[in-house]
Amino acid sequence: MIKFTFYFFSIILIFAAMRLITVRNPVHAALFLVLSFFSSASIWLLLHAEFLAIALILVYVGAVMVLFLFVVMMLDINVTMIRDGFARYMPVATLVGVVILVEMGLVIFSHLPEVQPVVMAADVSNTKMLGQVLYTIYVYPFEIAAVILLVAMVAAIALTHIPRTRMKYQTPSHQVNVRRQDRVRLVKMPTEPKD
Amino acid sequence: MVDMSTFIDVAVYLGIILIKILVLVFPLFIVVAYYTLAERKIIGYMQVRVGPNRVGFDAVPGLRRIRGLGQPIADAVKLMFKEIVIPTNANVFLFVIAPVLSFAPAIAAWAVIPFDDGWVVADINVGLLYLLAMTSISVYGVIIAGWASNSKYAFLGSIRSAAQIISYEIAMGFTLVGVVLAAGSLNLSDIVMAQKGSLIHWYWLPLFPLFIIYFISATAETNRAPFDVAEGESEIVAGFHTEYSGMLFAVFFLAEYANMILVSALAVIMFLGGWLSPFEGTILGETILGQHGIVWFLLKTSIFMLLFLWFRATFPRYRYDQIMRLGWKIFIPITLVWIVVEAAAVLANLPPWFVEG
Repeated sequence: MIKFTFYFFSIILIFAAMRLITVRNPVHAALFLVLSFFSSASIWLLLHAEFLAIALILVYVGAVMVLFLFVVMMLDINVTMIRDGFARYMPVATLVGVVILVEMGLVIFSHLPEVQPVVMAADVSNTKMLGQVLYTIYVYPFEIAAVILLVAMVAAIALTHIPRTRMKYQTPSHQVNVRRQDRVRLVKMPTEPKD
Repeated sequence: MVDMSTFIDVAVYLGIILIKILVLVFPLFIVVAYYTLAERKIIGYMQVRVGPNRVGFDAVPGLRRIRGLGQPIADAVKLMFKEIVIPTNANVFLFVIAPVLSFAPAIAAWAVIPFDDGWVVADINVGLLYLLAMTSISVYGVIIAGWASNSKYAFLGSIRSAAQIISYEIAMGFTLVGVVLAAGSLNLSDIVMAQKGSLIHWYWLPLFPLFIIYFISATAETNRAPFDVAEGESEIVAGFHTEYSGMLFAVFFLAEYANMILVSALAVIMFLGGWLSPFEGTILGETILGQHGIVWFLLKTSIFMLLFLWFRATFPRYRYDQIMRLGWKIFIPITLVWIVVEAAAVLANLPPWFVEG
């Protein structure tokens, strides 16, 4: 049963990953990326890594890819323009691809000690175990990673934020604090005499 | 070779799960259908109208006839027979699959909701995270619908919706962190049991700011008034479902209502003690009112469901920049501060909520 489920999700994962790089429409490509994230999360679930699986869906599918789609949909991408540079960038791309392949091969075929996935009993919450390890033994690397992310975020905002002089801001506190006297003036006038 | 008996075991196992799902989903559909009627009736009475009052049958024979009870069925039949119009240059596959993508997570999320002690389809360790994941992927239906429609109004609606849901999900996530911190578990049944004691043991009291922020964020997350800028009929026709008609439109509608009931149930589980009786620990605790049960869960959930309708009848729609300001500059700082306060309370074993420590 587990084998069947594994192969089912693997086939979907491989199909989605293939379509991701072959499909022409960037929005379709982003959606295939979502599908492949989803299938890999399902495979992690089979390993009883429920926290990681759901974190993958929550962070990548639920947040990162939504923003990604958001941007891709708003760009009016001219597909023929992109394909123009195909031949020109081919050598560099091939080089990068080969390097990645060699690196992956070195990891897979080097004679590392066979690592079996540690399958926990169903009643052990691996969220709790992960938390205990992350906040005790690995607390400094964890904090450093968080600080690096924060710096990256601040840098990205600082680089792209251009203070515009012509921008019109509204101050909500002013809007809320407006009283009737500031806006409306009741004027008492004598009635005009009839001609 | 697969043994025949294991095959039968697997079949029986899957069959039991299927029956559990059906037992959950059928009542849910009926509640969704009549929730739409309740909305029209209740908002009608709030605006001194009667609401739907034509299609009807006797709820109890002999009693005063309640008119309008047949309205959801009439609506369903009408929508099923309407033509599904697919716009020119729309991406047909994505156009058709978008309502399904918004409906499926809304139903799938119900798997981890405990109705009573042990009455849950999937009693998983990471129930709360699963729920957060499911509510966050339901935004795909809206985004894809807006893009595949090939219409500027639909697209504007989906862009608004995506930005809004992403913003409010952060505040909502922090309120869930507060609940997890208090209960010490991600399992929803454990969260309910951690609130056992009496009315003041429920988490609405120690987590009061989070409780309020959770419900407001949930309103924004389900695209309901006063945060329904994704539909905003005064500005962008009907938002993301402008181009949808017939049953495809109805599926979006069903997803919205299923989500509203879901977040109401979740508010009850996390802050109002789920199926626990409010009279526990009082003088009435020994009588039948002190019994825990699904009745309490349903009663509390319907209060929140009523609140959604009440909001819609009461508040004017928020302006978009004010929605963003509320989410980012008010809710997120408040939740962060309260989580620190709460963490201090948990460390100090503050009675009566955090005694186990």
